[in-house]
Amino acid sequence: MTILNQEQTKRICERVLALSKADECIVSVGGSREGNIRFARNAVSTAGLAENTAVTVQVAFGKRQGTASINEYDDKSLEKVVRRAEDLARLAPENPEFMPAVAKQAYKESATFSAKTAAIDPEFRAQAAAYAIEACRKNKLVAAGFFTDSTAFSTVANSNGVFGHQQQTGLDFTCTVRTEDGRGSGWVKRSALDASRFDAREAADVAIEKALRSVDAKAIEPGRYTVILEPAATSELIGFMMSGFDARQTDEGRSFLSKKGGASRLGDKLFDQQVNIWTDPWNPDVPVLPWDAQSLIARERVDIIKDGKVNALDYSQYWAKKKGVKPTATPGNLIMAGTNKSTAELIANTKKGILVTRTWYIRLVDPQSVLLTGLTRDGTFYIENGKIKYPIKNFRFNESPVTMLNNIEEIGKPVIIGGDEVAYQMAIPPMKVRDFNFTSLSDAV
Amino acid sequence: MERRTFIKIGAGTAGAMLVPVFGNAIAAEELLNPMATSAKKALADTAMDAARKAGASYCDVRIGRYLNQYITTRDLNVQGVTNTESSGVGVRVIAAGAYGFAATNAMTPDAVANAARQAVAIAKANARLQTEPVVLAPVKGVGEVAWATPFKRDWRSVPVKDKAEMLIAANKAGLDAGASFMTANLFQINQQKYFASTDGSYIDQDIHRLWAPINATAVDKASGKFRSRAGLAPPVGMGYEWFDVKPEHKVRAAGGVATLYRGGYDIVEEARNAGRQARAKLSAKSVDPGKYDLVLAPENLFLTIHESVGHPTELDRVLGYEANYAGTSFCTLDKWESKTFKFGSLIVNFSGEKTTPGSLGAVGYDDEGVPTKRWDIVRDGVLVNYQATRDQAHIIGEKESHGCSYADSWSNVQFQRMPNVSLAAGKAPLTPDEMVKDVKKGIYILGRGSYSIDQQRYNFQFGGQLYFEIKDGKIGQMLEDVAYQSNTQDFWNACTAICDERDWRMSGSFFDGKGQPSQVSAVSHGSSTTRFNGINVINTGRKIA
Repeated sequence: MTILNQEQTKRICERVLALSKADECIVSVGGSREGNIRFARNAVSTAGLAENTAVTVQVAFGKRQGTASINEYDDKSLEKVVRRAEDLARLAPENPEFMPAVAKQAYKESATFSAKTAAIDPEFRAQAAAYAIEACRKNKLVAAGFFTDSTAFSTVANSNGVFGHQQQTGLDFTCTVRTEDGRGSGWVKRSALDASRFDAREAADVAIEKALRSVDAKAIEPGRYTVILEPAATSELIGFMMSGFDARQTDEGRSFLSKKGGASRLGDKLFDQQVNIWTDPWNPDVPVLPWDAQSLIARERVDIIKDGKVNALDYSQYWAKKKGVKPTATPGNLIMAGTNKSTAELIANTKKGILVTRTWYIRLVDPQSVLLTGLTRDGTFYIENGKIKYPIKNFRFNESPVTMLNNIEEIGKPVIIGGDEVAYQMAIPPMKVRDFNFTSLSDAV
Repeated sequence: MERRTFIKIGAGTAGAMLVPVFGNAIAAEELLNPMATSAKKALADTAMDAARKAGASYCDVRIGRYLNQYITTRDLNVQGVTNTESSGVGVRVIAAGAYGFAATNAMTPDAVANAARQAVAIAKANARLQTEPVVLAPVKGVGEVAWATPFKRDWRSVPVKDKAEMLIAANKAGLDAGASFMTANLFQINQQKYFASTDGSYIDQDIHRLWAPINATAVDKASGKFRSRAGLAPPVGMGYEWFDVKPEHKVRAAGGVATLYRGGYDIVEEARNAGRQARAKLSAKSVDPGKYDLVLAPENLFLTIHESVGHPTELDRVLGYEANYAGTSFCTLDKWESKTFKFGSLIVNFSGEKTTPGSLGAVGYDDEGVPTKRWDIVRDGVLVNYQATRDQAHIIGEKESHGCSYADSWSNVQFQRMPNVSLAAGKAPLTPDEMVKDVKKGIYILGRGSYSIDQQRYNFQFGGQLYFEIKDGKIGQMLEDVAYQSNTQDFWNACTAICDERDWRMSGSFFDGKGQPSQVSAVSHGSSTTRFNGINVINTGRKIA
């Protein structure tokens, strides 16, 4: 099968590099085995297992680059893929922004593999679905959900001596529970690298409780409210904002971090003092590969926002050279500092407010201010005197994460949350935020 | 949901290796070499035979070869050229009343037979939790047939150099006209899809699609303000002749504020206009929020149709199969059964179809081997039907499927996807300029902007690319910071005028996402310029610290 060990992939990389006649050569070998089970209407709808591998070769003659891939590893196939890449490179136009392959990097291993996750089988997946389905049938509720797990390897090498190999595992579970009459809906998401940190029964119970509590939601007026945002409600908003941290975009005047006259807001205190966001490939909760798969630059721990100040921007190799600074690796994870407080404690400390389970269909309305719009979904509740009083109808919001991270009153304990439309592994805390801007009501349950 | 796939694809900044691909990168000379139909038939027969022997009551086999080419340019540089290929076989079966699916990229008899047996085993395992057996609407086997996108110029045979030069010329035109930065991309898709089923169909299809999105950004460094204007031209289901523009392909927008395209595209002219208008946006008037009569060009309305009509009338959403991801729908079965649910005003008529030449959804047969057709979804403002696949047709009393089954890859299972969903043209003669004459206080909106809608498709907020004030029957100054908010049913009931057939044209969504694991599909949506009275407009301008 598809999960190759370091010895096997090193041999492939060495063969490819030896075959290449180009000025430089970059190889990546990757493979994955992904299993899933999908359920809806209290029954399994689909289940599958997909396996895939590829060797990708990128070569350059001067400033001309070519890329080709193949999924066979015999000598003949490897020669074919190298020649294909070289043929494409000869045909390609010169790229004035071409940057040479990186020099040898030191990749410090990160703990991205769990044997327990790699051992997940169809029974495990079916049981994850069954917990939700059976509990919902008992409670006259309707479950829909998706469990997916993956085991993968990634190897990178180049003609300057770069080499890295690691295995990765991960799982994601989402479950939506609705009442039979469609008047209540609850949701849960759990992500884990290690299957022993995943409890399907606990997850299903959260969605069930939210569904039962959300029936007969009241309408309250849109406006600015103190909100307690669960991690799934803020993770995508923060993820959207991170695209503005690109140094080139900022220097060119096309980011919320650009200033009048061409300067950037690097060093400015743009957020609340409590806001600390960093990336760290070795974080034990959300470890990621210690290299950036695009540039092969070794990842490091980087404080992106420190005590509310913009502390670092992302520099591509090209822009770093132009600006005379060190290029950076693209972050693979985002970690936001929190406290030990639970969401329940945040609720208990709130006189009047709104609890938001998750946000949905978030889109950038204005890149100048990072104004985002989207909606709440699957569990929105009114809080009074430290207690959830009643469910309320969903809202549309128009809010900037920059403003949101300025209006923080209290932060809770970070939890692991995988991205949906944002490609980061994240550890994000629940937050209490004042003046969050809800602009209209939605009838959707 | 209109997913952000394009944003991810377009985000690469240097080198083809950075572009996420739907397959393996291949050399251009291999693109024009399809697998023999007889070999595909033999493989399909092997899979179906193995499935039957393992206990399947039904089996379909999809043998796919998906060829894509992406070219990305920024300003005067080509940043990446990537050819990709993905080939393999997907086998879907029904056994013990349940579905099973398995796929393999090994195109050998042993591998496809194994996949078929694996699919049967999965079906039998799933049957344990099944509440009711799968019921398929009948499809008469069509024997050995073929269908291809009608095109005059094959994108695969056009030299990469010519394409890159065209994109660079567009970028240069935009920069010369006032843009500070330009991007132009070219997405080219060829899906070679072979379908066979135990109903007796062997269908060979060759499908082509193109999209050339551009984007102009103007920056005023003194004020720190920046604004962008994306292209207004649609993605299409046709060949490279899309770029052989003739005068009759150009459509003048109301008041002459833009040039629009139908049947052919002048990307350089469009880029020049985009550069000029991106610069103009920097000094456009910020809108006063309030109620306006909106005049929406098809280049804006298509995505509103997609989100507020296309998605809520998907029967799998209505039934709850998407509840955990894209959501359910307000168009519940009781509303359809009542035969009186007022989806829109009397002049609102929507149909679904996968037959319009040049559209993204046009195919001869869907991914269940069902011949494509046209049908009404909303007639005279009333919800009359949904979009269904073979296993859903009986739920709404239909005797045959609507042909709405689609999978984006041989390795993914097919399921219900949106066809082209379009608003019929108005019956009375009316041009966009004539429509504007009747508007006292309104806004004319062109192009797709920021789009967001709730999971049951009630509450939406949509933007655009270009906004022009309409005052006392005349188009006036450019506006900025505009978004319109409404509830789907209120919005379509506020539809008061639709321009006639002369103005009808299609735009489309190239990367529409749905399902878990998520799959993308492409569909077109047609309309004429349409007016909606008294719609809430908000001002989206904000200042941050």
